[in-house]
Amino acid sequence: MSGAIVIVGAGESGARAAIALREADFAGAVTLLGAERHAPYERPPLSKASILADHEPPPPTISDARDLPAKGVDLRLGTNVVGIDRAAKRVNLGDGESLAYDILVLATGARARKLTLPGGQFARTLRSQEDAIALREKFRLGGTLAVIGGGLIGLELAASARQLGCAVHVIEAAPRILTRGVPEVLARRIAARHRQAGVEIVTGVAPVEIREADGRYAVALKDGRTIVADHLAAGIGAEPDLDLARAAGLEIDNGVRVDARLRTSDPDIFAIGDCADFPHVLFGDIRMRLESWRNAFDQGAHVARVLMGSDAPYRAVPWFWSDQYDLTLQIAGAPMLGPRTLERPLGEGASLTFHLADDGRVVGASALGAIAQIGKDMRLAEMLIASQAHPDLAALADPATKLKALLPR
Amino acid sequence: MSESWIDACAADDIDEEDVIRFDHGGATYALYRTDDDRYFATDGLCTHEKVHLAGGLVMGTIIECPKHNGRFDFTSGVAKGAPVCVNLKTYPVKVEGGRVKLRVA
Repeated sequence: MSGAIVIVGAGESGARAAIALREADFAGAVTLLGAERHAPYERPPLSKASILADHEPPPPTISDARDLPAKGVDLRLGTNVVGIDRAAKRVNLGDGESLAYDILVLATGARARKLTLPGGQFARTLRSQEDAIALREKFRLGGTLAVIGGGLIGLELAASARQLGCAVHVIEAAPRILTRGVPEVLARRIAARHRQAGVEIVTGVAPVEIREADGRYAVALKDGRTIVADHLAAGIGAEPDLDLARAAGLEIDNGVRVDARLRTSDPDIFAIGDCADFPHVLFGDIRMRLESWRNAFDQGAHVARVLMGSDAPYRAVPWFWSDQYDLTLQIAGAPMLGPRTLERPLGEGASLTFHLADDGRVVGASALGAIAQIGKDMRLAEMLIASQAHPDLAALADPATKLKALLPR
Repeated sequence: MSESWIDACAADDIDEEDVIRFDHGGATYALYRTDDDRYFATDGLCTHEKVHLAGGLVMGTIIECPKHNGRFDFTSGVAKGAPVCVNLKTYPVKVEGGRVKLRVA
């Protein structure tokens, strides 16, 4: 096709869509609108490398997004989109201008959920380059950090602050850390690693109020305890940015509702990345909304293929990782759909768990260890999931059997 | 002119269609064997986030970084698409008497 494609959101997914369209020799205009002032950058380093950097780090720019104008992408930064006029097929910008589109791609992402308890405004969240710089400056002062929320971002911040010498408390209201998407056995090992590093983890107790006094924060817990800290961060999840889609009357579910080709209820509008609620064809069309780098990347690339005429449904295996201290966690597929588990020992404290459906199909895999220990087998596990394989279970659990040999040929 | 071939490992130390790590002189390398018994060497660390490629998966003549699946053709070092776009440095390799040797000078 030709015509004008406008992409709202210049994060990983939007930038990937723009680049992939150009790599596929799309002939029309591509406009990429970013609310932030920075060229598209990778968010995963913000909680780790950016915090630990010796000098104030620049945004981790996506390497092939450094030259978007040279690639023929009209990149407009610091640009807010305030509305979509679906009848006229135009987007309205904050400065009063409006842009015509033939196809609109929403890659509006997600924002950090704010703490709503009294005093919650004192807690810093992490989503942007500016957030990372602000947290880095605080952590470098030393002292005590209290992190509210024992999810991946909270724990990555805890590890980074600990590595910078802060005393760290993590407060999680649920009975354990990492309740969302991480198998309990791995969550326990991650908690143990944090405790070994000196992090205090409190679980099963909700914070009820935060008071500020003399530049310090007192976090009152439901059981009567109080944790006093110099720095306060919250990692309690993200919320998809649905304002534009909702105001435009697009169908909304747990995100902007799209079909397997990432098309919204308006055939000229697509949604990708953290904001998109899509059916996963590998898992019986179960609906998912994924907040992960890989999904953002893959859906950006996929929407470009669809716009270039492909009828293929999106079928990339969900995949995310987290780095904390010397440990890498990787999760692939949909472990929650696999009631049976099978361990494959990988040596040196590393392990890989396969998550199997009742019929023996591999639907998920989770691993924790050094990246050098787990990376290869997790990649192969992902390929087993993608091929909907029912491998021999004894072979799967036997580290002497190469997983590569179990892939359907 | 000195021919500085470095003895790295036995040819059988690397499985077919696989990769191992080799450290020498303060540098780290990745040594590859294809499924038709050709051997290659590159810098060990991915050009994206400096993760060691020896933990990655070899498919044909492609090495995939274990971190973000950035891909390189290890016979040429050429980056094969996002998130990597900086090529890997490659080194000459020869197999003599069942030993894999590379030249880094």
